[in-house]
Amino acid sequence: MSMRELERLDVEAVRKDFAILSRTVRDGRRLVYLDSGATSQKPRQVLDAEREFYERHNAAVHRGAHQLAEEATDAYEAARETIANFIGASSGEVVFTKNATEAVNLVAYAMSNAATAEPALSRFQVGPGDEIVVTEMEHHANLVPWQQLCQRTGATLRWFPVTEDGRLDLTDIGELVNERTRVVAFAHQSNVLGTVNPVQTITARAREVGALVVLDACQSVPHMPVDVGELDVDFLAFSGHKMLGPNGIGVLWSRRELLEAMPPFITGGSMIGVVHMDRSTWAEPPQRFEAGVPMAPQAVGLAAACDYLTSIGMDRVADHEHRLTEYALDKVGSIEGVRIVGPTETVDRGGAVSFVVDDIHPHDLGQVLDDRGVEVRVGHHCAWPMHRKLGIVATTRASFYLYNSFEDVDALAEAIRDAQKFFGTRP
Amino acid sequence: MQLDAMYQEIILDHYRNPHNKGLRDPHDGEAHHINPTCGDEVTLRVSLTPAPGGELDEKATVADVSYDSMGCSISQASTSVLTDLLIGRTVADGMQTLDAFTELMQSKGQGEPDEDVLEDAVAFAGVSQYPARIKCALLGWMAWKDAVSKSLDKEGV
Repeated sequence: MSMRELERLDVEAVRKDFAILSRTVRDGRRLVYLDSGATSQKPRQVLDAEREFYERHNAAVHRGAHQLAEEATDAYEAARETIANFIGASSGEVVFTKNATEAVNLVAYAMSNAATAEPALSRFQVGPGDEIVVTEMEHHANLVPWQQLCQRTGATLRWFPVTEDGRLDLTDIGELVNERTRVVAFAHQSNVLGTVNPVQTITARAREVGALVVLDACQSVPHMPVDVGELDVDFLAFSGHKMLGPNGIGVLWSRRELLEAMPPFITGGSMIGVVHMDRSTWAEPPQRFEAGVPMAPQAVGLAAACDYLTSIGMDRVADHEHRLTEYALDKVGSIEGVRIVGPTETVDRGGAVSFVVDDIHPHDLGQVLDDRGVEVRVGHHCAWPMHRKLGIVATTRASFYLYNSFEDVDALAEAIRDAQKFFGTRP
Repeated sequence: MQLDAMYQEIILDHYRNPHNKGLRDPHDGEAHHINPTCGDEVTLRVSLTPAPGGELDEKATVADVSYDSMGCSISQASTSVLTDLLIGRTVADGMQTLDAFTELMQSKGQGEPDEDVLEDAVAFAGVSQYPARIKCALLGWMAWKDAVSKSLDKEGV
């Protein structure tokens, strides 16, 4: 808790920047967008920045010597600087990817490539006898790439279990993360449970055994202040579209010395040093990991999103979501026949509130909510094994962002009660 | 309200009291289908009786359809309706019904279903307005198609 009292975020002022929030859905209902965990809406400032790039500076960056190419390259690299500052990094440590999924795959495939390369890359090599540790609450994007790496290399995949109340069970951390562990990959904040995981505890153990730490920050960077210097992880991945930025851009952050040593994943144009007919050398990072003409307009848009969030203050964004979450846990959790899936207290917990409603399948619940203009996510939210572990087929998830109001939570609660009436499960 | 158009009383009745539910033997083919977006699943068995003097082919009669499933009201009710419609019919008839139902699902709310062919299944017309739910309605039907084709394949081996 911050010592000084935060000035509260002005939701009404924020909402004015998001044109989409003033539209109606399903026969004139007010749009209650509670699916920002899947993707966020975009403020005018982000759309303007992208349009401005296209209208004034559009060219292929890092190619060509004409004026537009210079301006486009400057805009692209300035965007990298802004985005790096946003997470307390330096720009040479920020690699642009398509999204966080690609960022995780970049690391997994670089390790895959290293597995059959010279001993100089040994720190990235995994094989039979080595272990990779994930958690049961991972999004498929931070699970399947590691499964696949293990299948290709013969390494063994292990995982931290999830407890009934939606926290990681660290009881066996000493045994689970051991001398054979080469990678520990986990979510900073669960996209389903909202649980914020104890990064320091896990990273400290990984350091003891010399394992690399990969943090899926998709649900943390958009919602709370994140400083890579404080986290002490090796890799951090997040997506632009979940933090008010455009689609088609994500970030892989890593420490400079690791990026310098790591082999590329996708090869091709502009990631090379010298190309001969039979061999090539690699550019320095971050270009080494950015083959092809990069997504400059999206980088510019994401930088504008970072500026927007910075101008409001990430501590205020986090505070706002914290209060919304507290309100929702109480308001939704107290409806008879509703059970929250995940921590019911707001300690180490972010703004994703998943729940099940007795005798109403999430698909059917979502249909009634949608009819009331309340847009939530239903299903397993790309975390199928975790749902299986908790003995649930699917859940309904409401996820919040800076533009959500307490009124939105009220609308959610009312729509849930409407669904119970509609299906006759509660009077 | 659009919801009422989708959740017809017939659908809710089948959901609350599914017909022919439970896995039964004997069976000729079995299929397990999953909707990967939500994790809903159905295991469906088909038992066929060859036409007199014939082989197990399109002229065979669907002697039984049994299933075990978990999922939303639409997928549950749709599978229940399917068993009512297809048990006792020939495989060829069943495939025609499947085609008619699939067509209805893809009609974006504009379909004019033939009640003689689809009977209770006409109640699903409203579902076709919601693209995300079409998969739910088709889950059992796709499993039926798969189970039948496995039954016929087995005969061919």
